[in-house]
Amino acid sequence: MAYQFQFEALAPYTGQLIEGMAHTLAYAASSIVLGMAIGVVGALVLIYGSKPLRGATRVYVEFFRNTPALVQLFLIYFGLPNLGLRLDAPVAGVISLALYCGAYMVEVFRSGLLSVPNGLSEAGAALGLRRRQVLVHVLFVPALRNVFPSLASQMVLTLIGTSLISQIGVEDIFHAGSFIDSRTFRSFEVYLVICAMYFVAVQALRIVLGFVQRRLFPKEF
Amino acid sequence: MRSLSIADLWLILGAIRWTVALALTALVIGSVIALGIAVARTSRHAWLRVVARIYVELVQGTPLLGVLFLLYFGVPMLMGIQIDAFTAATIAFSLSAGAFLGEIWRGSVESVSKGQWEAAACVGLRRWHVMRHVVWPQAARVALAPTVSYLVQLIKNTSLAALVGLVELTRSGQIVAGSTLAHLPVFCGVALCYFAICYPLARLALSLEGRMHVARAH
Repeated sequence: MAYQFQFEALAPYTGQLIEGMAHTLAYAASSIVLGMAIGVVGALVLIYGSKPLRGATRVYVEFFRNTPALVQLFLIYFGLPNLGLRLDAPVAGVISLALYCGAYMVEVFRSGLLSVPNGLSEAGAALGLRRRQVLVHVLFVPALRNVFPSLASQMVLTLIGTSLISQIGVEDIFHAGSFIDSRTFRSFEVYLVICAMYFVAVQALRIVLGFVQRRLFPKEF
Repeated sequence: MRSLSIADLWLILGAIRWTVALALTALVIGSVIALGIAVARTSRHAWLRVVARIYVELVQGTPLLGVLFLLYFGVPMLMGIQIDAFTAATIAFSLSAGAFLGEIWRGSVESVSKGQWEAAACVGLRRWHVMRHVVWPQAARVALAPTVSYLVQLIKNTSLAALVGLVELTRSGQIVAGSTLAHLPVFCGVALCYFAICYPLARLALSLEGRMHVARAH
């Protein structure tokens, strides 16, 4: 009963697989960038914000970290139209992933900012820097260095997490996969190839992030 | 289309047991794999470390959804046997839990200071006894908080089983939302069910972590 692998059955669909992966990478990149923006803003609110703002941010973070990304995706894509807000599938997908990623990023950036000793910002203030300048030039860089590994692993998790968006009909790599599967009935080969493509993308992202880390913070490594 | 009824609530609440069953089964099988991974990755034998490392990299570098579809749709094509949704999901989640918990536990073993190993070796304990009586008990204390924290991830991951048709919490929500078109309240309710399970666990992990730091300060 030796199974004959027939990867050549997938050959005519190579273009679709590559296109699907390109879409996946674009969605992942958008979600990561948006998620990081949410993370920075949320962390600043948690540290410097007023009490109601801090409370709202806490609720956001706890809700998005303690419910499945898939349910959040369904809530945003299928639930919001009940309120009259209908989003296109790719938009809903990216917003949903960004909110999920952002909730974790808030915690990453918050712990980064808190890890910088008070003396540094006091020294900055003593030198006559404004609060904003202290934040950007004195606090942010060491904070980023301290949390870079967590930041990097969160990015990898977000890249892997994009696999969900095919479930609301976004044309990503899994969407291409189920189309090819329905044409060729080569499910095993199809999903093996998809897993392999993700694996390569993840390793590539890790290499790029390692390079960025060495460039930005050369002394440490 | 019909309106939401009390029967829908029971369907959703009843489906929680499948979510819990999936998470617990994956936790048990995953723990066995994780133990093997943690031991292999801290082994003296290079080949064991390499094999365990490859396993972890493969699992952590591929989407869980891909592994689940590979098992559920792919393996029947490969072997000619049908795998039911629960089995496929359990295998996929266990493989994943094995890699993630294995890494957490490896980190805990490595966090036990070299001095402990050396002291134990000095009093003449064999490697197995050093592990059994000196290193692992200390590692277990370190591992507790992140293990509980991973449990939250595991429970959230079980929602993927909905995509192979297992009627757990998320799938029950899809079914009710599909027939009532009340997507917003239904998925809010489903999200709250997950939250009610995950949030206490997250708090527990946090307080365990806090207690660890206090214990270490003394």
